[in-house]
Amino acid sequence: MYSDKVMDHFEHPRNVGVIEDADGVGTVGNPVCGDVMKMYLKIDDNEVITDVKFKTFGCASAIATSSMATEMIKGKTVDEALELTNKAVAEALDGLPPVKMHCSVLAEEAVKAAIEDYRDKKLKEN
Amino acid sequence: MIKYFDNAATTALDKDILDKMMEYFTDRYFNPSSIYTPSISVHKDVEESRKRVADAINAKAEEIYFTSGGSESDNLAIKGFAYANRKKGKHIITSCIEHPAIINSCKSLEKEGFEVTYLSVDENGFIKLDELENSIREDTILISVMTANNEIGTIEPIKEIGRIAHEHGIKFHTDAVQAIGSVKIDVEDMNIDMLSMSGHKFYGPKGVGVLYIKKGTNVTRMNDGGHQERDKRSGTENVPGIIGIGYAIEKAYKDFDKNVKRITELRDYYISEIEKRIPDIILNGDRTKRLPGNANFSFKYIEGESIMLLLDQKGICVSTGSACSSKTLEPSYVLLSIGLPHEIAHGSIRVSIGKHNTKEEVDYLIDSVVEVVEKLRAMSPLYEEEK
Ligand SMILES: Cc1ncc(COP(=O)(O)O)c(C=O)c1O
Repeated sequence: MYSDKVMDHFEHPRNVGVIEDADGVGTVGNPVCGDVMKMYLKIDDNEVITDVKFKTFGCASAIATSSMATEMIKGKTVDEALELTNKAVAEALDGLPPVKMHCSVLAEEAVKAAIEDYRDKKLKEN
Repeated sequence: MIKYFDNAATTALDKDILDKMMEYFTDRYFNPSSIYTPSISVHKDVEESRKRVADAINAKAEEIYFTSGGSESDNLAIKGFAYANRKKGKHIITSCIEHPAIINSCKSLEKEGFEVTYLSVDENGFIKLDELENSIREDTILISVMTANNEIGTIEPIKEIGRIAHEHGIKFHTDAVQAIGSVKIDVEDMNIDMLSMSGHKFYGPKGVGVLYIKKGTNVTRMNDGGHQERDKRSGTENVPGIIGIGYAIEKAYKDFDKNVKRITELRDYYISEIEKRIPDIILNGDRTKRLPGNANFSFKYIEGESIMLLLDQKGICVSTGSACSSKTLEPSYVLLSIGLPHEIAHGSIRVSIGKHNTKEEVDYLIDSVVEVVEKLRAMSPLYEEEK
């Protein structure tokens, strides 16, 4: 049902955890629907994402897409990370079953929510 | 080695049962409807198998009809009975936690003008007898309530339900697919007019089932054709399957006490260890009136498909009521019916222990569940918020 890549990221998720002094934190999803993703970003002065961590409640594909998304944005600039699409995440995992595509959408939204939080904070600082 | 804890989904066909079936695939392939000598002898064996099934549930051989499994038996019981009795009334009562074979048969009938009441269940999964009584109408023709639920293992008060049905002149069907080999059934004593079973749930073959139809209960056949199964079910008989289910039910009853005792002990051990070692869990179903092998837990803050797949990586087979394992993305309707909120229903795992499971396997299962739950909770933002 799942590709080897999905299973690999599910069983050995990269970047699980929290960043205590994160510059941006985004939470998306709803426990009622069965998936919640929380993404933490550390961003330097050049707007480069230097660290990413996540926590996810959900099925194997929710965990795998979170893990893959963190790998794909680490080291990227905020603007580059905003270009991350759910399709790109799904493709990087060698595809997802059609009913699980919403998990990749959630991963994209989690990244965007964390970046939005970062920008909001910056606005308030200035 | 695979550690199989999904015996409610299916069981391993016993080798000695297979051995008894083999000759009907090979040397004795004859059609039991033909009237030459080899066929007559196969026909005789089919009838002996019918007798074995009848004896196990205190029925008469001529009240036993072989089908292709639990689903077909349920369809025949619900639709076949409704069509045969539509002049008497159009109302059927069932429960909201039935197998889809019952629920969807009822839904089909509703499209044709029948009316169906789906009884609610309490938090342990029991139907309420007062609600049942209150649902009975002038035109109620059939009550169908399962003997035991496949997901949470709750054993319904069948005898009482049958008594209520008969007091009102209503026929009573029960889906006993999960119960055979785990709950003793006596169709006379328990007021049962129709009963469904399926061979592969009690170490018999797949693709063969039984519908018991008490004499005097009218059922219209659902598939037209020849006159097999006394005109109730056309089609050349699945002879090896029929032979297999007969021996399987005989064996299930012979070993009944021994199996139930052992399986219950293993199940209780699993439940008590899990409750000791993992916080924030809910045991779904009733503590005592439940199938011997069934243990269904909801593990809060995590999701069932993830638990199931991580256990699978350890060679353990279990099942989940999580939405993510379903096509509809809705969690199990049975778990929602007992009042679980969606987010908790998502995190449920059903273990169903069978006669081949050992204490060592259960120990491995317990350690693995503890490890997997800890791993997933460490990853869960809901757990983090709660702590
Ligand atoms: C309660 C119940 N009814 C009916 C069925 C259907 O049986 P079968 O798969 O043999 O058609 C099952 C099987 O899962 C069941 O658990």
